[in-house]
Amino acid sequence: MNFETTIGLEVHVELKTHSKIYSPTPVEFGDEPNANTNVIDWAYPGTLPTLNKGVVRDGIMAGLALHAQISKHMHFDRKNYFYPDNPKAYQVTQSETPIAHDGWIEIEVNGKKKKIGIKEMHIEEDAGKNTHTSNYSYVDLNRQGTPLIEIVSKPDIASPEEAVAYLEALRQRIQFTGISDVKMEEGSMRVDTNISIRPIGSDKYGTKTEMKNINSFNFVKKALNFEQQRHEKVIMAGGTIAQETRRFDEATGETISMRTKEGSDDYRYFPEPDIPPLEVSDEWIQEIEDAMPEMPGERRARYTNDLGLSEYDAMVLTQTKEMSDFFEATIALGADPKKAANYLMNDVNSYLNDKQVDLQDTKLTPANLAGMIKLIDDGTISSKMAKKVFKGILDGQEPAAYAEKNGLVQLSDPAKLQPIVDEVLANNQQSIEDYKNGKDRAVGFLVGQIMKQTRGKANPGVVNKLLMKALNEK
Amino acid sequence: MASQIDQQQVKHVAELAKLEFNDAELAKFTPQLGSIIDMFEELQAQNTDGVEPMYSPTDRVNVMREDVAVKSNEREALLKNAPDTEGGLIKVPVIMDDESEDGE
Repeated sequence: MNFETTIGLEVHVELKTHSKIYSPTPVEFGDEPNANTNVIDWAYPGTLPTLNKGVVRDGIMAGLALHAQISKHMHFDRKNYFYPDNPKAYQVTQSETPIAHDGWIEIEVNGKKKKIGIKEMHIEEDAGKNTHTSNYSYVDLNRQGTPLIEIVSKPDIASPEEAVAYLEALRQRIQFTGISDVKMEEGSMRVDTNISIRPIGSDKYGTKTEMKNINSFNFVKKALNFEQQRHEKVIMAGGTIAQETRRFDEATGETISMRTKEGSDDYRYFPEPDIPPLEVSDEWIQEIEDAMPEMPGERRARYTNDLGLSEYDAMVLTQTKEMSDFFEATIALGADPKKAANYLMNDVNSYLNDKQVDLQDTKLTPANLAGMIKLIDDGTISSKMAKKVFKGILDGQEPAAYAEKNGLVQLSDPAKLQPIVDEVLANNQQSIEDYKNGKDRAVGFLVGQIMKQTRGKANPGVVNKLLMKALNEK
Repeated sequence: MASQIDQQQVKHVAELAKLEFNDAELAKFTPQLGSIIDMFEELQAQNTDGVEPMYSPTDRVNVMREDVAVKSNEREALLKNAPDTEGGLIKVPVIMDDESEDGE
């Protein structure tokens, strides 16, 4: 029997607003536990939420970035559950009237393009953070009320590879809007998956299993691959798949059934009475659309059309907003686009991979990269010296000063090079003879002698010119 | 009108609300909740074709604040009201729930 796979993804994205969604306390991480909380976050009796306009704006922007329809009339709903990370005992979310619906993003897997539908998007609040010991649990409510956007895909995803391509495309578009850092490792992007399989041609979906909070794209792929194969094995052996939540074990690469409490999904949603409904005007949507930062596709077009970069270069540079912004800042400072692109795609990227760091966490600045490229262009340093200067600018050094200090300055002044050329020629009469007899190799030897005399600092272009002139005059 | 709810359902709803009722209480609350449900049945019998749903009892819309952060500086006072604390964290009985770290 051959099967086809159906995957749905639910992604939570944490917004970078100044304040929380229903209370004005700051959204900040790394502060003392419970420092960023107030009476609303603690759900004191009598306190009321007030909706943060910035969250609605960001939600609309995310909707537009994902080609979705924006809801003109919205209200919020209560999702009831008891857990110490949320003292209200309910989450204020959107159930009936999502902020946006029916969107799509395009993915590409093995050269094949495909549109993945987005069912709906909600704005809602995050919960606090619990830590557990064997005797007690501890609650930090700093994260309670942090704004989230939940993005629910349509069941259009047909393989684990497509799932990862969808997540990458989603992360990229959201990142370019600037509303979130969308970092899996920091929890500002979280992924829940569901997967089912059915015999090809069947008009009914198979039973699905869910996995929550998988914390890297790689693990999403591994977990879905494992589940896909497990479903197949169970069904081929005549068994049935139980609808359940499973956990991906990173150590073994397997998924494990989790004990699920009966009736725990009975959330008893009802309309939130403490937040009046929203009416979104066309003018506001237009205003947000006008303020929308350039999406990766538009940047790629500009890089190929206006800057003359290849499609491939443009694609690599727009993988992340940080890289793309860095590139633009570098060329705005006068660096040659092709050279700036090459440095970022090769030397910088391999450094980032090597050190497993993000570009903005390094000491490299656009000014220093542009400065180094300028030193190469005006002949102050050779491309070989640039390798060393590059190490300096990675360490936050100013390139010209660093080159000077470390003797990495090319000798380009003809007045200084001429005596050396003359001296080398005077000491190598045989080579002059050889050259005159048509042996071009002699030139290479002479250049080598001059480089040796200058300990590699002579500008090869200038040396060549001076040498040829001198030889032809002999 | 026949009651729309039985004791089993009342018990379930009570559990969801973290309430514990003994048999006598269950017997007492079941018809009470039943009469509330009956009242909603009456409402549901009305024809609401073409009537816009009402989600809020007020006629106010778009009540929002600008995204400006205000630090409360109430941490110590808030923590003082928690049943127990340790190192600035709220200390609660151990959560025997392995479903998910975040409860959601």
